[in-house]
Amino acid sequence: MSKKTNVLPGFNLSLGYTLLYLSLIVLIPLSAAFIKTTELSLSEFWNIVTAPRVVASYKLTFGASLIGASINAVFGLLTAWVLVRYDFFGKKLIDAFVDLPFALPTAVAGIALTAVYAKNGWIGSILEPNGIHVAFTPLGVVIALTFIGLPFVVRTVQPVLEDLESETEEAAASLGANRWQTFYKVIFPALLPALMTGFALAFARAVGEYGSVIFIAGNMPMVSEITPLIIITKLEQYDYTGATAVAVVMLVISFLLLLMINGLQWWANRRNAEAI
Amino acid sequence: MSTISVTQHSRYQAKVARSRATSEPAWIRWVLIAIALAFLTLFLFIPLAAVFTEALRKGFDTYINALVDPDALSAIQLTLIAAAIALPLNLVFGVAAAWAIAKFDFKGKSILITLIDLPFAVSPVVAGLIYVLIFGLQGWFGEWLLDHDMKVIFAIPGIVLATVFVTFPFIARELIPLMQAQGKDEEEAALVLGASGWQILWRVTLPNIKWGLLYGMILTNARAMGEFGAVSVVSGHIRGMTNTMPLLVEILYNEYQYAAAFAVASLLALLALVTLALKTFVEWQAAKNAEETELAVMQS
Repeated sequence: MSKKTNVLPGFNLSLGYTLLYLSLIVLIPLSAAFIKTTELSLSEFWNIVTAPRVVASYKLTFGASLIGASINAVFGLLTAWVLVRYDFFGKKLIDAFVDLPFALPTAVAGIALTAVYAKNGWIGSILEPNGIHVAFTPLGVVIALTFIGLPFVVRTVQPVLEDLESETEEAAASLGANRWQTFYKVIFPALLPALMTGFALAFARAVGEYGSVIFIAGNMPMVSEITPLIIITKLEQYDYTGATAVAVVMLVISFLLLLMINGLQWWANRRNAEAI
Repeated sequence: MSTISVTQHSRYQAKVARSRATSEPAWIRWVLIAIALAFLTLFLFIPLAAVFTEALRKGFDTYINALVDPDALSAIQLTLIAAAIALPLNLVFGVAAAWAIAKFDFKGKSILITLIDLPFAVSPVVAGLIYVLIFGLQGWFGEWLLDHDMKVIFAIPGIVLATVFVTFPFIARELIPLMQAQGKDEEEAALVLGASGWQILWRVTLPNIKWGLLYGMILTNARAMGEFGAVSVVSGHIRGMTNTMPLLVEILYNEYQYAAAFAVASLLALLALVTLALKTFVEWQAAKNAEETELAVMQS
């Protein structure tokens, strides 16, 4: 990149304001969490973040997030495919509703899902007699995390699928590939970076989620208690250092996920650029 | 900008050229559509319908009474205040950040973009916690605030701060790629014609990005009014004082006042529906604009 002189004004002002605002609202407050944990010795910190109840919450949070994101990867891909490739009545409306989990406040989603899956709810009353308990179990956590992650895969795969050239598919077909072979040898590899980005976004969102989960989870220690709730519980007991220690673990994981997502997006963009 | 019309072009092409070899048999098409619709019904439409059904279960009078309750009214008011402060703050930031990032080259730009994304990656609960560590009673400024009889945590400023944090990236994220795609030719032309920096911003840049800006504002507003986790940590749940609508939903629900909880929730669900409608409208407008620009370029 050659250094060109830029004649437009406002660089110092806009960048200065951006950095100031970013520092005040995001960076300095986040650093407070890391500074607070320096009050703890390494072994104290380790004991807090590896306490059995906390470890059980990691397992639930990450396990349920992984399952939720996987469900969304499968059905999100299918939904994106159907919305791009097929025509059916009400398609535009359905397309708009895919973003509902972004627009609906999480607390509302939480009580709505609980009402639906509770013993006397619309779906719960069908499932409970068959021995499937959703509300107030880890399965409920999976349902909530699937709900809030639903738009990510659809919205990352959809534009890539729309831009896919039909020529490559025609070429595959004319070379004797059947439809299924064309899908998994030609179409699926082209969608993979976007699919993985959507999966990672849904997973990252699910790991930190609180509002939609706590109503349906039942919040039993060691069984259905998510990590963000552990932080809240410690805060309510005025155990600020304990809460912060667990928060720092979550922050580090969030940072790593964000880096991974950036890497995936870079890969997806490069893939697209190559295709063009 | 051109991506939208390119997409539409390829869609058109797909319709014309898709032959039997590159399409699925009808029965597979219908099975796939049915599975997708079943999935969306299960996860989107049934929960949404449940909100309104539960809200009206005890009749329309109970519903209205729940909404005109003083606690509900004060929660509505606080939700509106928090959104009304967070929105312009993040709007100014979004335009400034996009101007710096899209119109200039500098070192560390990609790091800056990643840092702007940070609040999306942070759990809302952690977002609330960090402000407690700074402004809470035991926090950095806790004693100073106490001495000066000011309150941030368990008060409105804390709720506003938490709301600003969770909605921080929305407008910037919408504007950065848009302004990058538009380049800076028009701004440079305006400069040559003698416009000042502010004139360029008001007369050239802002009109060009108005749909992206509006889109970002819609997303920011929806999240600001609906935020639960972060606000819950800093609020202290003082009835009639520091409860936003989502927090009131939780309190009513935990007190087994289901009809009232769902009544307040139904207002938020309506807000979500309005958000979706506006979003679709703005997307449609932006696509139409892009198409017209392309047409004008082709004709000239």
